[in-house]
Formats: sequence, C-alpha cells, structure tokens
Amino acid sequence: MSNTAIVVALLVGVAVWFAVASRLTAKPWENREQKGDVGAIGISPARIGLWVFMAVVTSLFALFLSAYSMRMHHGVGWCHLTVPRIAWLNTVMLAGASIAMQLASSAVAHGRRPFAQTALVAAGVLSIGFLAGQVAAWQAIGPTLYYVQGSPAIAFFYVLTIVHGLHLLGGLYVLGSAAHRFAGGAELVDLRQSVSLCATYWHFLLLVWLAVFGVLLYL
Amino acid sequence: MAYVAIADRDAPIHDPHTFIEKYIWSQDHKVIAIQYAIVAIFVGLVALVLSALMRLQLGFPDQFHFVDPNRYYQFITMHGMIMVIYLLTALFLGGFGNYLIPLMCGARDMVFPYMNMVSFWVYLLAVIVLLASFFVPGGPTGAGWTLYPPQAVLPGTPGAGLGIILMLVSLGIFIVAFTMGGLNYVTTVLQARCRGMTLMRMPLSVWGIFMATILGLLAFPALFVSAIMMTLDGTLGTSFFMPAINSMGGTPEHAGGSPLLFQHLFWFFGHPEVYIVALPAFGIVSDLLSTHARKNIFGYRMMVWAILAIGGLSFVVWAHHMYVSGMNPYFGFFFATTTLIIAVPTAIKVYNWVLTLWKGDIHLNVPMLFAIGFIFTFVHGGLTGLFLGNVTVDLPLSDTYFVVGHFHMVMGVSPILVVFGAIYHWYPKITGRMYSERLGKIHFWLTFLGTYAIYLPMHYLGILGVPRRYYALGDTEFLPQSVHTINAAITIAALVVAGSVLIFLYNMIVSLWKGEKASPNPWKSTTLEWQTPDTPPHHGNWGPRLPVVHRWAYDYSVPGAADDFIPQTVPVDARNATGFGHGEDKAPR
Repeated sequence: MSNTAIVVALLVGVAVWFAVASRLTAKPWENREQKGDVGAIGISPARIGLWVFMAVVTSLFALFLSAYSMRMHHGVGWCHLTVPRIAWLNTVMLAGASIAMQLASSAVAHGRRPFAQTALVAAGVLSIGFLAGQVAAWQAIGPTLYYVQGSPAIAFFYVLTIVHGLHLLGGLYVLGSAAHRFAGGAELVDLRQSVSLCATYWHFLLLVWLAVFGVLLYL
Repeated sequence: MAYVAIADRDAPIHDPHTFIEKYIWSQDHKVIAIQYAIVAIFVGLVALVLSALMRLQLGFPDQFHFVDPNRYYQFITMHGMIMVIYLLTALFLGGFGNYLIPLMCGARDMVFPYMNMVSFWVYLLAVIVLLASFFVPGGPTGAGWTLYPPQAVLPGTPGAGLGIILMLVSLGIFIVAFTMGGLNYVTTVLQARCRGMTLMRMPLSVWGIFMATILGLLAFPALFVSAIMMTLDGTLGTSFFMPAINSMGGTPEHAGGSPLLFQHLFWFFGHPEVYIVALPAFGIVSDLLSTHARKNIFGYRMMVWAILAIGGLSFVVWAHHMYVSGMNPYFGFFFATTTLIIAVPTAIKVYNWVLTLWKGDIHLNVPMLFAIGFIFTFVHGGLTGLFLGNVTVDLPLSDTYFVVGHFHMVMGVSPILVVFGAIYHWYPKITGRMYSERLGKIHFWLTFLGTYAIYLPMHYLGILGVPRRYYALGDTEFLPQSVHTINAAITIAALVVAGSVLIFLYNMIVSLWKGEKASPNPWKSTTLEWQTPDTPPHHGNWGPRLPVVHRWAYDYSVPGAADDFIPQTVPVDARNATGFGHGEDKAPR
C-alpha cells in the first residue's frame, strides 16, 4: 500500500503544484483587475479530461499492483507465475500499436492522408492482435477455473490482463469512431485532436502494460 | 461541444425540443443535478427508515419481531453504505457539484454534457442494483458497511449469496458513474471558468467540490479493486482475501488469502471518502456563513490552502481505522501522527468560520442556522476524533458506541446539516420560490437538538463499554440498567429526528406551488449563480453573453459601498455608476 500511497501522493502533488502555479498566492480581496484566465493553461478540455482519466487509471493499476505485492508477502500459498512466452510478443504488438498511433497522429497533423490511413489501420490491427494474444496467453496457462482457484498469481494475471484489455477496448471504440469519420472523408484538421488523444492514450496503456508485465515477471 | 461551456452564444445550447429531452434525457447540468438529488434523497430516506427500524430493536429489544438478527445486520449494512456513498457522495458531488460548478464559475454547462447525462443514468442503475438486493433470495448483505472478508462471503452471514454480489456490482457501477461525473467537474473548473474568474476568485463551495472530486477520482479505484477481487472470491472461489477457514461445519475451497489486504484497500478509499463528503460541506458552509453574516470570509487564502492540505493528507491516514487489526505497531505510531497533523488545517477552517461570524451582521435565517449548527457538531465530532486517532485511547474505545457517536457526529450529522442548509439556501434559485421560514426553523431545531440527543449519550455508552453492532445487549453485569433507559431515549430521539424530515419534505414540496415567488437574489449574495438573467436559470444559464468577473466572491459590507454586498460581476472602476461604490479597493481583513 505504501507504493500506492506514494503514487497517489505524487498525483495529488501534481494537482497541488498546478494549483500553486496558478497563483494560489494571489490576494483576491485586493480588487485589482486581473487578466481573465479562461483557457490560460492552453490545453483543450478533452485533453484535460483524458489526463484526469489517465490519473484515475494510474491509481487503479497502482492499487492492483500494490494488492499483488501485499498478497504475495502477507498471504499464504503464493506460487510464482511463469508468464507465457506469448506475452512478450503481445508486448511487442502493443508497442507497435503505440508507435503506429504516434505516426498516425503526426501524419494527420501534417495533412498526409494516405500515410495516416495506413498508420491508423496498423494501430488498430496491432491492438486487436495484442488482445487476441492475451487470450492466447490465458490458454497457454491452462484450464482457467482450476488454476484461478489454485493460484492467486494466476488469478491476478487474469484480472490485470482483463482490466487492461477492457481499457484498450474502450480506446479502440474511440479510435474506431475517429477512423469512421476518417473513412467518411472528414477533414484531417477536424480529426487532429481525436487522433492525437488516441496516441496519448495508447502510449499510456503501453506504459501501464509494461508496469504490469514487469511486476508479473520480476516481483 | 466542449467549448460551448465557455462561449458567448445567441442560441440555447443542447437545443432541447421535447419534454423528454428537457427533463428526462437532459444534458443540462441543472436538470441532472436535480435528478441526482431526487434519487439520492429517495435512497437516503430508505436508509433513514432502516436506521429507525434498527433503533426500535435497540431501544425496545424483542418488541418488534420483524427486526430479527439477520435483518438487523442487513439494515445496518445497507444504512451505512447508502448514507455514505449513495446519499452523501452522490448528493454533494452529483447534486450540488452539478448545479453549482457551472453557475458559480460562469459557464453555460459542464464541458462534457453528454457524459454528464450518462453519469446520472449509470448512478441510477447502481441504486437500482443495490435496492434489488432487498428482493433476492437471502436478502441484502449483512456484512456491515465495511464488507470485511472473510465473513462477508461466508455462509452464515445474511445475504452471503446474491446480496453481497449485488452490493459489490452496485459499487462498481457507482464508481463508473462517479468517474464520468468527476471528469466533468474537474475539467469544467479548470477550463470553463468565465473571464475574470481566476482560481483564487472562485467561491469556496467550488473549491471544496473540486478537491473532493479529485480525492474521489483517486480513492474510488481502491474500492473498485477490492470490489472486483471480493466478487471473484465470492463467485469463482479465488483467494485474494479469503484465508483457509472452517465455516458452518464446512471447509470452503479458499486458502491463503489476506483479509488484512482488504482492510487496507477499503480504508485507502474509506478515509478519503470522509473528506469527499466533508470538503464540499466545508466549502458550502463557508459561503453560507459569509453570505448570511454579511462579512467576507476570514482568511480566504488559508481556507483554500487548508482544503488542498486536507486533500493531500487524507491519503496518508487510512490505517487509523485499523489500530485493532494486528498491524505493525510502528504503523500505528505513523498513522496517529498523520491523523493529528490533518487536524491542523481542519482546525484552521473552524477558526476561520468562527472569526467570519465575529462582529458580523448575522442573519439567523434557516440556512445560517444549519451552518452554525454544523460548526457545533463538526467541532464535537472532531474533538472525539482526537481520542480515536490516538492508538492507546482508541484500543479500549474501539468497537464501542463511542465510535458510533463520533463518526455520526463528524460525517453523518455535520454534512447532513450542510445539505439541509444548502438546500434552503439555493432553493429560491433552483425553484424560483421561497419556502416557509417557520417550518424551516422547526425542522432545524428538531434536527439539531434531536441529533445531539441521539449521539451525545452514545459517547457515554461507549465509555461504559457498550459494544456496537450487537443486535441485543441482554442483561450483562458490566452494563447498568441506565444503559437500557438511555437506549430507549435515544430511539425516541431518533424517531423524532426522522419525523422532522417529513416537515422538510412537506415544506420543499408544497412550496414548489404555494411558495412566495423568489426574487433573483433574495440573500443579496455576491456569487455568480445569483446574477443569472432568469430565475430559475434557463438552458445555457446566461443568455447570449457570458458574465465577466471583476472581483472575489466575498465583497460583503465593504466600507463606503452603497449596499452591503458587491456582486462579482460589478467592475471595480464602475462602482460609482452602478451604485456599488466603495471608498477603497481593499476590503477589510
């Protein structure tokens, strides 16, 4: 739990730092005209919303991983999980999807429509490949219920991969929506934000997966 | 869509055309706020009835056979969970947060109105799933609101089958709803404030709701994680929390799980939850006191910093709920220290409230009565918190009525007094009508004195050693007969307080039709929500042009000013032209 407390404290610290940076030392009762600060932080609401959401998901996975660590050290009957080899391939696919999303975002920003199309398709295919690979990893572990009941490490593997996969599915829904507009001939300038946010989200999910994978491998 | 909230606009936003779009599937933050409030108050009334049934059993044991031991535990569990999560959290953030943030910040709506609407309907689904557990075989869970394993999922505990599963699923759904709402509240505060509304000009109500939302967004995942893992323990037979155990003559197939892990996760959510409820109450009560004392809030900056400090510290005190769990004694020392530290910013707020009242032009109307009542109950609950925050004092008092008295005072009665005060304060803006002041005052005195009659004796019972969570005390040597007499008296007081809610409901409902028409700013308040062109505000709140803010939210009784308040929209250099002149720019400190 102390790890989680540190992560959450950091997140709160960032929020506090932001607030401090926004002149928490002002003396508002002195009625000097202050310049309006609408949009003063220069970020769109959708991007702020995404960052707040990623903070929530960070807290979620930090708590899951803290629980993993505590169950390992404080519970009884822990058997270490041998992570299936296919998880390495899945990691490569998710990293590829993340790179493809970045390339798509860059192509959309620079108005290169054909390249953007290729990159978006690649990102989608690699992401779906990652999810399929996770299902294959479950099958590589063995009969589900038997092992889930018998080994908390395997139960954690299922829970963590499912929760992570659901977040990726949510991202795929948004990406699909952007791709649909793209295929419908929407102007690239209108898609710029959506694709850019998707890229940020994909990088984030890659980082989360790397943290989960690292804990499963080495803790 | 997002930028609609901060744009000047001639046409109304969302463009609702039909009754359903306007009042049911509405994206208007005010309608969503009222929807949240109605559902939260309804489910809160259910919890109130449950508490009355519990009190009947405790005050007059075995007289009401309907309340058998199983039902007693089910009532306890549902009462606690509903009051904390589905009433207080939902009402403060979903209700007041939705209504006040855009209006007080000068926005047309939340920045993500569609997601805001979905948030409410998902919340409603969570409530329906929760209440459905009353109608499934075995009934709702009776595990206690903390849902501690292993007993929560073991046979023998009421509702150990479907009841506990529905509770956990409902909590999961609630957290999804809260996250959608929370993203809106945070983003709207950061990005949709009108011109001139700097962070340090925001009313403290918005600050409290803003920080509480951040706490909720970071703390609710802990409950989500524990709900998922306990659901799997209960359904698939995993052993995250469940140790090897013999239960009811059988041996469940669990082994090696850690019940203590659940306690850590639960309280990592549970303690910030106290402040998720308290911070909005702090903010709102600050605004009520300042407005109705006609005085600027004392130490505004310190109040903001205290809110931030309390928010940060609330994540490092959770294990003071677990002193008797057998954890490492050094942990107890650490958490007792942090618990005492968090009392510092909290005490600063209390001092500032009292100093705001000092030499103020106090109007003892209904919202003010509730706000002052809050100071009493909160100080009371805070002081008993000092007892329980210290390990050596907590140990003998743990699991006694002292604890029940403490937490009801600090996070039951206190926030509810603020809820009532806030409803009475903003009712004229929300409905366009005034209410009966006389009925409001009767409601206040019955509630305030009644809750003292309930919870003050509980501290005494706790010191005597009366244990909490017992269905019946029976005849025990260490308990004098007076304990039973006191219990009966507490029950009578509880029934009176519960009955007083009917006066409140009657007043609110009848005033919708028969109440005197409210003026746009009946309290002569400075904040933006009272400066809307229409009362109640229409879709889009502000007409074609957004307001522009020129000053902070607390310009009351400014020396030299014509009136005893200057709205935030009045320019500094236009004070003479508008009649809001004052001799100097700097308000008295």
